[in-house]
Amino acid sequence: MSREEQFTRAILDARLPVPEGLLDGVARPAGRRFSVYRNNVAVSLTEALHQGFPVIAKLLGQQNMDGLAAMYLRAHPPSSPLMMHYGAGFPEFLENLEQLSHLGYLGDVARLELALRCSYHAGDATPLDPARLSAMAPQDLMRCRLHFAPAMGLMRSDWPIFSIWRYNTEPNAPKPQAGAEDLLITRPDFDPIPQLLPKGSAVWIAALQAGETLGDATDAATNEFPDFDLSAPLALLIEGLALTDLSQ
Amino acid sequence: MPARSEHSHLPNAAGVGYKPQHFQSIMENAGTVEWLEIHAENYMGDGGRPLAQLRHLSERFPISVHGVGLSIGGEGPLDPDHLARLKHLVDWLKPASFSEHLAWSTHDTHFYNDLLPLPYTDSTLTRVCDHINQVQDLLGRQMLLENPSSYLAFAESTWAEPAFLNEIAKRTGCGLLLDVNNVFVSATNLGYRPQEYIDAYPIDLVGEIHLGGHDEDEDDHGRPLLIDSHGAEVVDPVWSLLAYTLVRSGPKPTLVEWDTDVPDWPVLEAEAARAASALHAVKVAA
Repeated sequence: MSREEQFTRAILDARLPVPEGLLDGVARPAGRRFSVYRNNVAVSLTEALHQGFPVIAKLLGQQNMDGLAAMYLRAHPPSSPLMMHYGAGFPEFLENLEQLSHLGYLGDVARLELALRCSYHAGDATPLDPARLSAMAPQDLMRCRLHFAPAMGLMRSDWPIFSIWRYNTEPNAPKPQAGAEDLLITRPDFDPIPQLLPKGSAVWIAALQAGETLGDATDAATNEFPDFDLSAPLALLIEGLALTDLSQ
Repeated sequence: MPARSEHSHLPNAAGVGYKPQHFQSIMENAGTVEWLEIHAENYMGDGGRPLAQLRHLSERFPISVHGVGLSIGGEGPLDPDHLARLKHLVDWLKPASFSEHLAWSTHDTHFYNDLLPLPYTDSTLTRVCDHINQVQDLLGRQMLLENPSSYLAFAESTWAEPAFLNEIAKRTGCGLLLDVNNVFVSATNLGYRPQEYIDAYPIDLVGEIHLGGHDEDEDDHGRPLLIDSHGAEVVDPVWSLLAYTLVRSGPKPTLVEWDTDVPDWPVLEAEAARAASALHAVKVAA
């Protein structure tokens, strides 16, 4: 077994003995000196999960979050030196834990936190001039396709994830009520902003993301939600600087 | 134009490790801080605030890019994706310096987010040199290699660390980043005098000096075990070791690192000011 193999196994599993041939300054076995590495790895990855999932940490409490982080980091060490991406598997990990099965919303709340982090680091884009939309006749506009900024995100959940997120991040936010919620993430400046979407809007945006025309996307949304009105989500996209282009 | 080191384009002045919470303070009044260092991996996203801030900072300050994830001491080949990201950043930013560590952090596609140690043998020497040659060829520039903090020694090591670093620099043409806190930590942990290390170290190859705080613990025998934490003020014996080093090296770009429990700007700036006066003292003496 190579030195690295010995090190990484013993770092991730504190029950394993300290590898042979590691010494102190007078050639005695290194003993607990090796724990410095075990501790550095565990503490830094636990800290990264706390920073990446602050709402999950708040919902679970510090101690539970530390315990889950300890399990997660051993099962899923980072697969890249870019710590900004660490925790991509955390939502699924939370969903598969028997002891958390009564908190069904945790996975989607964690997905929302991942999506916000992803938006924060996404590429910059020049926003579409809204005058280009207003200059078009409605029937011409319906034949157009919209293009989105990399920092824009869309989420659909069976749980009230936006309300849960807001309740845990904003003072005086209303208590979450049961029910599905869709949300839009935009990054008009540098901070991603999640917003609740009216019914049908997520169907409409998803169809546009798939490359459908405004007309076809609007038909798809109206089929599912007869009261759908495109003006509300379109305004959110424009205000959030989430549109970059318009094409035929 | 401030004097610059042979092995770096950073000024022979005080710098700090950049933390985003200090952005406004630095832009308003950086005090004695004349240059900044960033961790490469934090600026490998596609856009947003990190890169926007870095662009602003780079218009005002020389920037040192300090990698923490290349795993130069690793057994396996360097990650081509990570090398490509590094090249992209360095080509865009055109930093005054690029440095990395004599350590490894990736094994078998997993990244451990810590600077892990390697034995110093003829075979690890060859491997580290191959990796450094690869990095320098790719980036088209000289890099600096930093000495680690050691908590233990390897039975199979046949090279002392200063000689190992000297040989790497001789074979690859890289420069060295001398972390005097790491020297102090390693010397305390492994039972030698830190000045001995500096005396044996190829001081002419230094392109940058690091300072930082450490934590104190004990080993199984009740002997001091210092841990490089970058989470506190630089202790007096490390300031003394800096002075001892500067007398031999002459003024060098000198950086204060504070990465955990990051203080408000005035506390960090005061540490940089202390480094600046140590540099001033050696300039006056020269």
